[in-house]
Order: sequence, then C-alpha cells, then structure tokens
Amino acid sequence: MEKFSTHTGVGVPLRRSNVDTDQIIPAVYLKRVTRTGFEDGLFAAWRQDPAFVLNQEAYKAGSVLVAGPDFGTGSSREHAVWALNDYGFRVVLSSRFADIFRGNSGKAGLLAGIVEQADIEKLWTALESRPGTEVTVDLTARTAVCGDLTVGFEVDDYTRWRLLEGLDDIGLTLRHVDAVTAFESNRPHFLPTTLPAR
Amino acid sequence: MGRTLAEKVWEAHVVRAGENGEPDLLYIDLHLLHEVTSPQAFDGLRLAGRPIRRLDLTIATEDHNTPTLNIDQPIADPVSRTQIETLRKNCAEFGVRLHPLGDIDQGIVHVVGPQLGLTQPGMTVVCGDSHTSTHGAFGALAFGIGTSEVEHVMATQTLPLKPFRTMAINVDGDLPSGTSAKDIILAVIAKIGTGGGQGYVLEYRGSAIRALSMEARMTICNMSIEAGARAGMIAPDDITFDYVKGRRHAAEGEDWDAAVEYWRTLRTDDDATFDTEVHLSAPDLEPFVTWGTNPGQGSPLSASVPDPAAIADPDARQAAERALTYMDLTAGTPLREIAVDTVFIGSCTNGRIEDLRTAAAVVNGRQKADSVRVLVVPGSARVRLQAESEGLDQVFTAFGAEWRQAGCSMCLGMNPDQLAPGERSASTSNRNFEGRQGKGGRTHLVSPAVAAATAVRGTLSSPSDLEPATGPGGPGLEVSSQQGASTGR
Repeated sequence: MEKFSTHTGVGVPLRRSNVDTDQIIPAVYLKRVTRTGFEDGLFAAWRQDPAFVLNQEAYKAGSVLVAGPDFGTGSSREHAVWALNDYGFRVVLSSRFADIFRGNSGKAGLLAGIVEQADIEKLWTALESRPGTEVTVDLTARTAVCGDLTVGFEVDDYTRWRLLEGLDDIGLTLRHVDAVTAFESNRPHFLPTTLPAR
Repeated sequence: MGRTLAEKVWEAHVVRAGENGEPDLLYIDLHLLHEVTSPQAFDGLRLAGRPIRRLDLTIATEDHNTPTLNIDQPIADPVSRTQIETLRKNCAEFGVRLHPLGDIDQGIVHVVGPQLGLTQPGMTVVCGDSHTSTHGAFGALAFGIGTSEVEHVMATQTLPLKPFRTMAINVDGDLPSGTSAKDIILAVIAKIGTGGGQGYVLEYRGSAIRALSMEARMTICNMSIEAGARAGMIAPDDITFDYVKGRRHAAEGEDWDAAVEYWRTLRTDDDATFDTEVHLSAPDLEPFVTWGTNPGQGSPLSASVPDPAAIADPDARQAAERALTYMDLTAGTPLREIAVDTVFIGSCTNGRIEDLRTAAAVVNGRQKADSVRVLVVPGSARVRLQAESEGLDQVFTAFGAEWRQAGCSMCLGMNPDQLAPGERSASTSNRNFEGRQGKGGRTHLVSPAVAAATAVRGTLSSPSDLEPATGPGGPGLEVSSQQGASTGR
C-alpha cells in the first residue's frame, strides 16, 4: 500500500446523507475480476444527472470528497473504495461512516476522516462558494485546511499508523504466525470442517 | 462482572490481544466465499505466493451472478460468466471446496452454510458479504468483510479487529398473527435508524425472540447490517441445537455432547451490562413496509406515506423528500393503496423453506393480480427441492408466479432478474436503495406474508386484507408454525 501523509486536491461537496455502497457503485459494475478499472461505476446513476456535483467542471478533478452522515452504508463491497480511488479520490470526510466501509478504506489506502457535522457544513459552504477550491489534508496533524478554514478529523491511531507507513495487514499478521499455530492446536474437536466434504 | 454473549465468543477467539491501541487478532472458524468479492483476493495470494492457510475451514458457492432460468446453458452475460469461471478456476487451483451452479448444495452462501451444518453456535464466521450477519442467529459472531480482509483470512485464518460495543434489542410478548420476524427487524431498523447500530454487535433477546424458529432468527440477524451493525446474535438454545443436530457437518456422539455442553454456556450472564439497550413490544407490532430508499424509512402497513415537512431533523427531512421523489410517492397516500408491478419472494433474508411455506399458504387457491409479475426464488437448490417435495412449486405456478432456480436474483439484480426503470416492487429482500433491484427500480421491503398478499391484490396488502380463497387449494397447506422443518440434512 502507498504511504499517505498529506494530500492536497479539489474538494467536492456531496450534500447527501446515507450514501450507500449501491450508490457509490451499483452491483452491475461489480463483475470485474481485476482490482482496478471501477471509475466508470462511481456514482453511476447520479452521474447521469447533469446537475450532479461531479458533472460540474470545477469539481471534476476532485480528490477530497466531503459527504453527509452515514457514508458507505449497506453492502461490504470493497469495490466502493476502489471506485473512489480509481476516480482519483484520496480522502473522504464525513461525520459518520459505516463500519465496513471505513475498514475497507483503511485497507485500500483511502483516508476516511471523521469530521463534526458542523465542520462538514462549513466545508460545504466554503467549497460551494468557491467551486474548485483545494483542501489540504494532513494525516499527521489530523487536519483538513480549506482557505482560512481549518477543521480537525478523527481516524483511529492504528489505521493512521498503517496509512502513514503504507503497511500491509497480512505481512503484519504473519509476524504472529506462531501464535496462530498455537491457537489452532487448542481448538475444540467438535468444531466443523468443510473438508472432507459430506 | 458478567459477560455478554458477544464478549464470550470474542474472547474465545483471541489469538493475540492487541497492545498499544493495536486491534486484537481474532481466529476465524469458517470462511465463506462467493464469486463477486473473491477474485481480487485470490489474485493477491497468487502475487505474494501465499497458499490458503485452512482449506478445511473454507467453502465457496456461486450465488450473486447466477441466472435463475436455463441454468444448464452457458451464462448469457459474458462478464457474469467470466466472474463465475474465475471462481471455478481459483477454487480448483487453490483446492477450495466449491458448490457451483447446478450442484445440489449450490445456493445463497448464507442459506448454504447453515443448511450444511457448518454454521454452529459460538463460532466466528466471515464472508465478503455484509449479510454474513445472518449466521449470528446460531449464537455465532458473524460479519461481512471487504476483499482485502477476504485475502487476509485466506492467508492467515485470522482478522485484526477492534472490539465492538454491545447493544441489547429486547423484544418481549407474543407476535400478533400475520406478523413475523421480518416485521420485527424492519421495526427495529426504523426505531434505531440505519446508523443506530454502528460499532455495535446487536443481541436480540426477549420472549418474542426465544419463540422464533431458526429460520425466523436468521431473518432478523440477516438485517442487522441494515441498522449499521456489523453483527447480530441470538443466544443458542434447544431450538438451535435441534436445528444443527444431524446436519452433515454437525458433530456426533461424544463430540456432540461436548459441543452442546459448551453451547449452553453461550448466553449473556445475568449480571452483564450492555453499552446500550433498546426495547420493543411484540404485541404492538403489525406488518411493516418501507416507503423510502433506505431500510430505516419504514412504517406500519396501516399508515400513510409520511409528510417530510413534519420531520423535525433537517437531514432526515431532506432524505425523506429525496426518497419520495425517487419512489414517486405523495405524502398522505395510504400505504395500502400503493400498486406494485413485481413481487419478489426470495433472498438470504427470506428465501428459506419456512418463508416459501408462508407465502404459499397465503396464495394457495388464489390467482395473482393480472398487473403483477411474481418471482419466487428459493435460497438454495436444496430449499427448492424441499419445496417441490411439498408441492409448493405447484401452488406458486397455479397462482401465476414464476418458480425459479436458486440464487440472489432480484435482491441485487446482478443477474438478469431486474426491475425496469420506474418499476415498483414488493420484495422480501433486505435493501430498498435507489436502483438496488435494477436501475431506476423502486423497492418496498416486506415480509413473505405481505409479499404474497400484495401479489393477490396488486397493492401493498397483508393476508388479513384478503377475501377467503375460492379456488382449488394445494395439498393441505396452512400458514407454517413458528417451528419450521429443516432442509438439506
């Protein structure tokens, strides 16, 4: 995973709550077997509306999404994170994320920062009054700066460390493989196995 | 200090406790795979030269993309076909047990696991699918994961996780007739909201829950994710043990006795405390339906489409306005007057045998409304065969419904079973998101009984709205009891 420390890019105000992963990428776009190429599916239904924020010239090159509460609800599809990444987003800010989406973001190098709703409103106002304004997101300081406005965001320490270092979870876990083997030797006999098939 | 059920199962699976803010490393007892969220994980293993650590705790089936018609022919959509073929190649290469389309044990992954007896109390169960919460009905800690985590479980049979908080959902009293598990969970989600469960494991408790069959408990736990919770659990009891006993992968003899002895300890201690508690009175429930575009936007069937102007919270008001526009509904319209084009009976929420029995009992001896297309899609091939052995397929086809092969089907429309733009459905599935069942489609989430009654009248209805049936009935069908018989032993 690529290291993440700071990022500066165009902020995109998405004034919607409960943006579920079916909206971020509809199921019909999940059929690819590769890990890239999902940008076409991002907000596919909404992008057919010329008034949708990403269809406005100033926001097209956006990389910092500022969304309403309960972003990423619903399906566990990591494709939602990949679609945001593939489009060019590096950061999503919201006052509340669905658990699985937030976890998936951390694994795939997309920063999901939790910002107070009052600060989200301020960011929206700033981004809408000057479309195309850039936001600088500093993961070390946990701040997002947009013009004169500086807001703090939360991200848990462990995810922050992994993003800053660009660490891969599997590699981290395999350092404890002896503990896994020891645990396995003590599992109860009655637990089921899939093999041999019955 | 007592412990909750969730805490007991968690602690029994800690391989290594996290230090300095690190997550705990949790052992995973069962990993379920399907075609949509696994290809990139297999690729990751290949790139790193890693094997699957525990093939004997891993199983795959095909469900999301599979057609429900002409399954003996090649899949028409080339992209879907590629995804299915990729799963088959990957399973062959890595040695994963796979139940492909056409196999007797194929079906929706969350129907297949319990049916085989692979889902048991006290286990940790994961799958790259948010409805993995279904398996919590057995007192398992079961939750959906993303593809990076799928690869992680393949490689290590563990997951790094931060502990969840715990929430008790107490449902007491007797359910009125005509209501079911689906009405309970839709009412719960409407009460706590789609974000209410975030960060929590829900434990469903109380006399109304204890009275439910395993299949009904699965319906409830299945939709925990719709309240934002990662997992939902129900403490195992004799109903659970009876369901598991004799299934193909259940323990036998002394191992079975040891298992049951352990499983009986899997209940929240009397002196344990939950981080949050919610109460619901079962006798006050009635059939519940959604009117909006998230599962929390629901109301009792006797109500009308709500007026957004009456909603105080500006965010909820705006969401309701947007939902009514998308759903093409007018505030004040009685929900019972909403006409639908399609009725879908199936999915991991309500595609088990008991659900089909309930729906068949309602439509038996009747004709569907002319204007309505009715799709009945069993949750697994075994459920389908069980239903056919009971004559339910004949009841449905005589009614005018289409009797299909098993899979996820119209729940998410990855296969050809989709709503056309502007079409409206009453659906026993779990999500009414915009476009979920097909681009531009409009979804009302309902129970199997409401779906069946709606198919008769053409508008959202409950069985109590129906005149007595006049046509010749099928073989002695009655609305199934709470204690459904089991399939696929």
